[in-house]
Amino acid sequence: MARDVAQPAVASGFHWRAVLTWMQQKLGDWPLFVLFAGPNLVLLALFTYWPLLYNAYLSLTSWDLIAPVKPFVGMANYRELALSAEFHTVLLNTAVFALGTVGGTTILGLALALLLNLRLRGRTLARAILFAPVLLSGAAISVFWINMLDPRYGLVSLPLRWLGLPVPDWLNSPHWAMVAVILVYIWQNTGFSMVLYLAGLQNIPNELYEAARIDGAGAVASFRHVTLPQLGPTTLFVLVVSVINSFQAFDLIKVLTDGGPVNATTTLLFYIYQQGFVAFNAGRAAAASIVLFVLLLGLSLLQLRLGERRVHYGS
Amino acid sequence: MAAKVWHVLRQLPWYSLMLVAVFAIGLPLFWVATGSLKTTREIYTFPPVWLPQHPRWDNFSAAWHAAPFGRFYLNSIIVTLADTAAKLFFALTTAYALVFLNIRGRNLVFLFVLAALFVPVQVTLLPNYLTVGRLGWINTYFGLIVPMMPVAFGTFLFRQHFRTLSREVLDAAVIDGCGHWRLLWDVVLPMSRPVAVTVGLLALVGRWNDFLWPLVVTNTVEMRTLPVGITYLYQVEGVQNWGPIFAGALFVMVPVLLLYIVAQRWIVSGISSGAVKG
Repeated sequence: MARDVAQPAVASGFHWRAVLTWMQQKLGDWPLFVLFAGPNLVLLALFTYWPLLYNAYLSLTSWDLIAPVKPFVGMANYRELALSAEFHTVLLNTAVFALGTVGGTTILGLALALLLNLRLRGRTLARAILFAPVLLSGAAISVFWINMLDPRYGLVSLPLRWLGLPVPDWLNSPHWAMVAVILVYIWQNTGFSMVLYLAGLQNIPNELYEAARIDGAGAVASFRHVTLPQLGPTTLFVLVVSVINSFQAFDLIKVLTDGGPVNATTTLLFYIYQQGFVAFNAGRAAAASIVLFVLLLGLSLLQLRLGERRVHYGS
Repeated sequence: MAAKVWHVLRQLPWYSLMLVAVFAIGLPLFWVATGSLKTTREIYTFPPVWLPQHPRWDNFSAAWHAAPFGRFYLNSIIVTLADTAAKLFFALTTAYALVFLNIRGRNLVFLFVLAALFVPVQVTLLPNYLTVGRLGWINTYFGLIVPMMPVAFGTFLFRQHFRTLSREVLDAAVIDGCGHWRLLWDVVLPMSRPVAVTVGLLALVGRWNDFLWPLVVTNTVEMRTLPVGITYLYQVEGVQNWGPIFAGALFVMVPVLLLYIVAQRWIVSGISSGAVKG
């Protein structure tokens, strides 16, 4: 191959290859690096980092998304949020939603993982079915859950009637709407925790069980003294990831209840959407975004540390 | 024989629990699937009719005509494929540059990519909407696609994998006169297929189901994607006409379910290894 022979490229006598070689010596891998990584880095800067800075700036202004000027108001938006009863409700809703969904998906996920870790016929199919809702569009499942939650003909009311219990108007009742949204969320996401727990169970070394057996431990004892403690890191990880996911829930709330009735299901993210795109209050939406960012940042850092631990346990 | 019977009996509680779980999670899916074939009268009957008497396939054409599902499909396919391809490409090239190109400060660049993992897309919602507005991209494919292209997590996955690749194979390729571009596509990528599948599937499912961004960045029915389109169908059909709404929900879900059937193992391991949804 005549690769390293410098050839005149054009009639002008301009030696492209010589220029390239010179650049290679001078700049090393830099031009190639810019070519390979540049586009992604620019996109990250433009659509991930810039929004963060811009959010911080917007949160110090009062703006309706239309006016040509954005009056600077300092910390007023944060002060308003801190004093607004509505925002307190939003934070409370966010906490209730997180507690309900994380508690539900974690406990059920653990139970299902333990169950489907047993040598049962058809467990592969069962796992596949239990995981399926995780992959479905939240908007699509919300639409058919509206039907299932209808107090007149919905499927959910059937067992309640069998038991002679009153049937609430789930989605239109300020008391039950949050419960309903949490239930649908648990239905969709339990498979996710289950899969994480199944991975955790498979990472428990068999020798531990053998040692327990030699020590005379029965099924219950080896579950208590081997399985549960060994699942500790997995559990922490599942909890943190689930809280992060619950803070980012939007589709279900938007379609099932639209944040209502009377803000009963308005969580922090939904509030941001509402303030920004319905009420056109950019400053307040931005301030609430910063609050959400700080909360998620803390959780993500925790997740990173736990994720490392989980991996160490695994290997 | 007796021991065998005893074994089965002892397992019975576990089997019944498994059935209950499958039933609880599967029933709503059964409900939407059979509901898409029911008449309105059957849907409103209580106690419920479990199976439609005469499957009513008209619900599907009714849904298709009540909302522009052809457009929704087209939009969803364009957006999903474009973003998935872009994410795969950028993740590969960025990770390659971070691992195999010798420049000073590449760890700093990696930190720049890694830190983006801590900026959730929801927090960028309003500013990105304003940026897209300034670019004149509201209600366009560019607006739907470009802001979702940057990829931090995929880059991270590829980088972790590239660092485990055998240096000897790569050095041999370099001695053979392989340039970096060819090295990436002919040597490194074939050695990284599982990671590529994970990154691709995560992007595919995530973009297909994405609801919030298409909801804010598009404002005409023709530019909606499927998840936003199904809520539009729900609004026009109201709660009067459930059959077509169920059918419409299936339009959104069936492609993902088919993908799941084909690539189940990959999807499950990918999602649990990454522990991120979408």
